[in-house]
Amino acid sequence: MRWLLLKDLQILRRSPLIVALLVAYPVVIGVLIGFALSGDEGKPKVAFLNEVEEEEAFDLGTGEGEFGAEQAREELCKRVECVDVDSRSEAEEMVRDGEVLGALILPPDLLDQLRSLTSLDPEQPVVDVLVNEDDPVKAQLVDDRISALVTEANLILSQRISGQAADYIDLLIEGGTFSIPLLGDDVDILGLARAAEILNGIEREMEPGPARDALGEVAEFAQLAQENLDFALPLLGAVAQPIEVSKIVVSDATASLDTFAIAVAATVTLMFVTVLLVAGSLALEREENAFTRITRGAVGPGGLLVEKLALGVVASLAVTLVMLLVLTPFVSIAWERIGPILLAILAGGAAFAAFGAAIGSATREVRASSLLAFMVSLPIAFLSLVPSGTVSATAFDLLEIFRALFPFHPALDAIESGLDSAAPGIGLPLLHLAILVAAYGLLARLALRRFAA
Amino acid sequence: MIEVRDLSHSFSGRPALRGVSFDARPGELLAVIGPNGAGKTTLLSILAGIRTADEGSIQVPGEVGWVPQQAALYRRLTVDENLRLFARLEGVEDVDGAVDRMLEQTGLRDRRDDQIVTLSGGNQQRVNIAIGLLSRPAVLLLDEPSTGLDPRQRERLWEFVLGLAGGGTTVIYTTHHLVEAERYGNRLLVLADGEDVFDGTAADLHAAVPDSDGRDFEAAFVAFLRERGH
Repeated sequence: MRWLLLKDLQILRRSPLIVALLVAYPVVIGVLIGFALSGDEGKPKVAFLNEVEEEEAFDLGTGEGEFGAEQAREELCKRVECVDVDSRSEAEEMVRDGEVLGALILPPDLLDQLRSLTSLDPEQPVVDVLVNEDDPVKAQLVDDRISALVTEANLILSQRISGQAADYIDLLIEGGTFSIPLLGDDVDILGLARAAEILNGIEREMEPGPARDALGEVAEFAQLAQENLDFALPLLGAVAQPIEVSKIVVSDATASLDTFAIAVAATVTLMFVTVLLVAGSLALEREENAFTRITRGAVGPGGLLVEKLALGVVASLAVTLVMLLVLTPFVSIAWERIGPILLAILAGGAAFAAFGAAIGSATREVRASSLLAFMVSLPIAFLSLVPSGTVSATAFDLLEIFRALFPFHPALDAIESGLDSAAPGIGLPLLHLAILVAAYGLLARLALRRFAA
Repeated sequence: MIEVRDLSHSFSGRPALRGVSFDARPGELLAVIGPNGAGKTTLLSILAGIRTADEGSIQVPGEVGWVPQQAALYRRLTVDENLRLFARLEGVEDVDGAVDRMLEQTGLRDRRDDQIVTLSGGNQQRVNIAIGLLSRPAVLLLDEPSTGLDPRQRERLWEFVLGLAGGGTTVIYTTHHLVEAERYGNRLLVLADGEDVFDGTAADLHAAVPDSDGRDFEAAFVAFLRERGH
């Protein structure tokens, strides 16, 4: 059998295009994924134009300092990569050219509008957002990002304004000094509590009569107002953030997004290289009319099949390791977990090789087998990456059954587990892959028998 | 001597061979001829061990070498690599010796490092046959060996095959070229609808056809089959 493996490697060596593809494919995928993961930590680029006067700021009176354009920029740039621009036209051009996902423009009167929120004549602040929704996916992404940013900004403002309102109510209840906005004059506020005390004192000193009764009613009102306004304080807090999210993870542990991206890239590479190589190599045996000659001797169809699986495993191991090595300068690969990583690649490679062998056994020509392998593999990969919740429950149940029949999903799980200890255990995916190796191996063996007949 | 007795085989209930029997001596060239679908390739694949007969027996005095109709070679490998690979797969003990012998016999020593894809059809067929001879078989089965070759290549091929028979190898071959059957076959086995309808020399077949004087062998053969209802 080793002579057959040697023969396949000799044939590969004589096919420079295939060898070039086998080397270039993982390198290119590795570099692309590496750049994608290491570029900007996944933050979208947004152009930022500040038309507010630099020195101008807005104090909401909460004791948390002033809120101006610089603070707005700081808050925004925590969530997106800000690209400062000098004019509205420059922002428009960058958005139109696709250099940035969108542009945020703070108009000159923004702070006046913000200040009005604490006045008796509030005016809703407006910021301008420029977007380029030239394709539906990008449009959805832009809408989601803008909604998230606006929601966060509103929440921050709402909390600050509610805090200010609470301070006013507290001042109304307890009394104290109040500085009038814009004018800056200090005014002493008596407060409901002290007013009630004064009224109660006067009431006690007054003779019984209609005047004392009326004063008693006023004192009682002051007491009631104080008690009820106390209830308003927690209500204001609730209005500022009506719903607080408490996230409880009910599913298994999961790997990081980076690990998932690497695992997807590795699995796609593993799948295409192994399935195409094994399917093509097996079909080549018949295209060269050598199948009957080989299987007539000591090797037999079973031996030939095992040799092709070995070829697939060797190729998948080499190609996937090359890809991970290329990725290493860009992202952190947990090489200390080399054991589980190798185990995952070997099991995934064997399952894809068996799948490829089943395809190769069903075709007589290399071209037909390559085409079939490609046409079958691509939709399997796509369907295996559909997340739960994005399709109906019934459709997802069907997808789960579909995924279980092909090696992509368990191979992805195994590689993810191999790369990251935080991911779910590797045992089940390995068992799943072992079952698929046996099943597709059997299918390939039956198909070979049919052709031999 | 190879002895075949009452060989029968059918595909999905359709008979392909019906009680075929014949003998072949060492060094003999036995041409198996007949119309399409007569069972020639089925007979050879059973003798080669690729298929198992439903009924009948085969006695072979040693190894059987099999050469398929189309060259079963790896075109991206060299002549030497092909011979070496199949020698190893067939468990030949002295691989270097066997490869050297075949390069000598085929006259392809100077092309040993050339890839098969660069060889002519005739030379490819020589390598194809050489692979069938690697294990020094007592019986060599050739399935339409001259298909696709030009007259000069055919002549050189038959020189090579005659040399093998001269060395004591029993050669059983199928062919549609009746001239090749008449010229090179010591004996002819005629199959029709899975039955062996004739076993003898070309002269015997001529004699078996009434008024065959003046007819060429092909005409005599067609008349023979027609007379027997095939």
